[in-house]
Amino acid sequence: MAPSATSATSATFRVWRGDAERGEFRDYTTDVSEGMVVLDAVHSIQAGQANDLAVRWNCKAGKCGSCSAEVNGNPRLMCMTRLNQLDLSKPVTIEPMRAFPLIRDLVTDVSWNFQAKQGIRKFKPRPADSPDGTWRMAQVDVERVQEFRKCIECFLCQDVCHVLRDHQMFDAFVGPRHLVYAAALEMNPLDTHNRTRALKQDHGIGYCNITKCCTKVCPEGITITDNAIIPLKERVIDQLYDPIAKVFRALRGGRHV
Amino acid sequence: MPEYQTHEHDVLVVGAGGAGLRAAIEAAAGGVSVGLVCKSLLGKAHTVMAEGGIAAALANVDDRDTWKVHFSDTMRGGQYVNNWRMAELHAKESPDRVRELEAWGAMFDRTKDGKILQRNFGGHRYPRLAHVGDRTGLELIRTLQDHVIHQGVDVHMECTILSLLKDGDRVVGAFGYERERGRFKVFKAKAVVLATGGIGRAYKITSNSWEYTGDGHTLAYDAGADLIDMEFVQFHPTGMIWPPSVRGILVTEAVRGEGGVLKNSEGRRFMFDDIPENYRAQTADTEEEGWRYTQGDKAARRPPELLTRDHVSRCIMREVKAGRGSPHGGVFLDIAWIKSRIANGAEHIKKKLPSMYHQFKQLADLDITEEPVGPTTHYIMGGVRVDADTQMSNVPGLFAAGECAAGINGANRLGGNSLSDIIVFGKRAGEFAAAYAKTVRRADPNPQQIEIVAHRALEPFERGTAGEGPYQVQDALQAMMQDLVGIVRNEPEMRQALDGLQALRARAGRVGVGGHREYNPGWHAALDLPNLLTVSEAITRCAIERKESRGGHFRDDYPDKEKSYATFNFIVRKGGDGAMEVARAAIPEMPAELKQIIEEMK
Repeated sequence: MAPSATSATSATFRVWRGDAERGEFRDYTTDVSEGMVVLDAVHSIQAGQANDLAVRWNCKAGKCGSCSAEVNGNPRLMCMTRLNQLDLSKPVTIEPMRAFPLIRDLVTDVSWNFQAKQGIRKFKPRPADSPDGTWRMAQVDVERVQEFRKCIECFLCQDVCHVLRDHQMFDAFVGPRHLVYAAALEMNPLDTHNRTRALKQDHGIGYCNITKCCTKVCPEGITITDNAIIPLKERVIDQLYDPIAKVFRALRGGRHV
Repeated sequence: MPEYQTHEHDVLVVGAGGAGLRAAIEAAAGGVSVGLVCKSLLGKAHTVMAEGGIAAALANVDDRDTWKVHFSDTMRGGQYVNNWRMAELHAKESPDRVRELEAWGAMFDRTKDGKILQRNFGGHRYPRLAHVGDRTGLELIRTLQDHVIHQGVDVHMECTILSLLKDGDRVVGAFGYERERGRFKVFKAKAVVLATGGIGRAYKITSNSWEYTGDGHTLAYDAGADLIDMEFVQFHPTGMIWPPSVRGILVTEAVRGEGGVLKNSEGRRFMFDDIPENYRAQTADTEEEGWRYTQGDKAARRPPELLTRDHVSRCIMREVKAGRGSPHGGVFLDIAWIKSRIANGAEHIKKKLPSMYHQFKQLADLDITEEPVGPTTHYIMGGVRVDADTQMSNVPGLFAAGECAAGINGANRLGGNSLSDIIVFGKRAGEFAAAYAKTVRRADPNPQQIEIVAHRALEPFERGTAGEGPYQVQDALQAMMQDLVGIVRNEPEMRQALDGLQALRARAGRVGVGGHREYNPGWHAALDLPNLLTVSEAITRCAIERKESRGGHFRDDYPDKEKSYATFNFIVRKGGDGAMEVARAAIPEMPAELKQIIEEMK
């Protein structure tokens, strides 16, 4: 059994220091105590040894999705990774998300994600159900979408997606985060847009080959692949590739996709 | 002359939480160009941490609810030193603002007939909080964020404003820096809306993120605006207390709204021991009645755990002081007991409070059942003094909304009223800032002022690592404010704090940082210090002047409420010599119809 934070009094953290041009791991040893998370250790190093160690964080409670990094090679929120889950007998490596361009130390340039989202057609509700301008929805329909709306935009799913990480296809593929976003819109009972053709042509849903790496790293436990991406892929196939459905639609004059 | 990039907007919104986003949306709808400055990335602001819900008298769950009941609840919670006009507007407009969120894509939990579900919360007479499990803030910020990106607003992420820029009396822009490259920016604007949130980082134990350093409060103060009610800081009764690294993290009031109770080390529900006079008629007599209330029995009255936050926090402190606390100095919040009352209770808790469940499991390795909790600095009722209808401060062109503005909450805010506050007054600020911007001509900021602020911002680099460490000064300030101007206050300790602040200001003047300007958190911590010092001084000075106990402000040398203090608010402003001045502002007479509402709801 690895020594846990409760038994160890100090630990060494191997932290990536550098910018877009160059960088290296540097070792910092700091005191540890019961209940500490990786972000606490980073703060302690920052306060005592390296004031300029760049790190993003806000809530420190797993709610804002700012402190994404790779801890011992695993994409994690630093604020939700407790030291007693790690082997402290050897240095704990902390490095930035590798799919995105590095700004400095643990901070990456994630601005592409904000642009990618903007390219997805926004929510457009059907006319209100009631004269007071409100809608009626069943809890069960709401819950399906609420799963996707739990997303805290930590972009860890984007970080592990091989289409983005290894192939850097940022121009062709919006990544799991934004497929979840699109799924939330498509499955919203009030929404009236159809994004199927855009999912295929602009958002590159076909590039996802369902390796489920995204689902594994999601700190919110969203079943990204099974509940969001696969149903969207099915819509694309049903609406754009099914020849019989195509004939029916032509005859009925159904919704153009 | 320092180098800087220049941006021009009609309206500049500083802060991108709920209030800032809502203001930006409304200003853009008014047909003006809008810039939105975020201290962090878009969508990460402190609003994401709000859990319980948005207070609005939709009357979906209890048809007795109306804006009048919400208004009187808010005034009672604020101990009647609120800006009554703001409380009135807030109660009247919050239902429309909530419905509007749904039109923009928010997915609230539903009632059986498909309407927006509402839950119980402290100080609200009826179930009033529209919610999404216990992650309502995330839903709100994401809805606004996903809406604003299609409104043609220019977003400046990871950018911190260091000073407002003026031309004569009028605010005409702001000066700041972007973190990625450390470059300075000048924003020229006809109107500026401050929506920067609170000051929690002035205290050691807080539920607030690193961003909450009183930026808007200080920017406004330095620009000549009045701050009001700064002595009223809210200590939320239930923060996590163990292990040390999670101390202060919030445990939502919704746990109590769903039936959770507070117990001392003897296992007794101590909240029944002390029920304030003005809430006695609304509070349950027995545990049984309290339980029935949380389960929707309209004939029952609320359990004392759902009294206002100021009161619950003090009761917890009393138990701890009397030696009846939990290990690590708190009390127990017990939600597990409801398993004996509802079939499948464990699943019910998980479903109603999913992110709380997650938080305890992951951070403390505890099943959410019976948690030790204690008060944590959560919110400041005080802030920029604004006109109730327009949200403009006493400085022309400067508006404020949300937590950094003040008035609606009086001496204590009710849970759920902040999410409604930010959308009601965020909208108003955006609307009136846009209207104002249309009436004035663009003016150039004073270049000398820019030079002074830019030079001051770079001073920590000149001192380098030989200077004082910024984090050490911040820690010392937080520890001092926690000890001397915390939940229980008195004159000698606060006088000591004033001396301490002077010494800390001197230390802050010697702070140095190493490295370079690109994404340097040490530099940022150094730049936050003057703001933390300003708000700490404002809190302390006002708290010394208020020689009574009311709402979030409690003094053991003046433990009672004094009628004479109910007729005015304390304001602080920067005097001609640069020293902080405290003055009194009379509360205007309430119109007869509002008085009557309060009388009827007693």
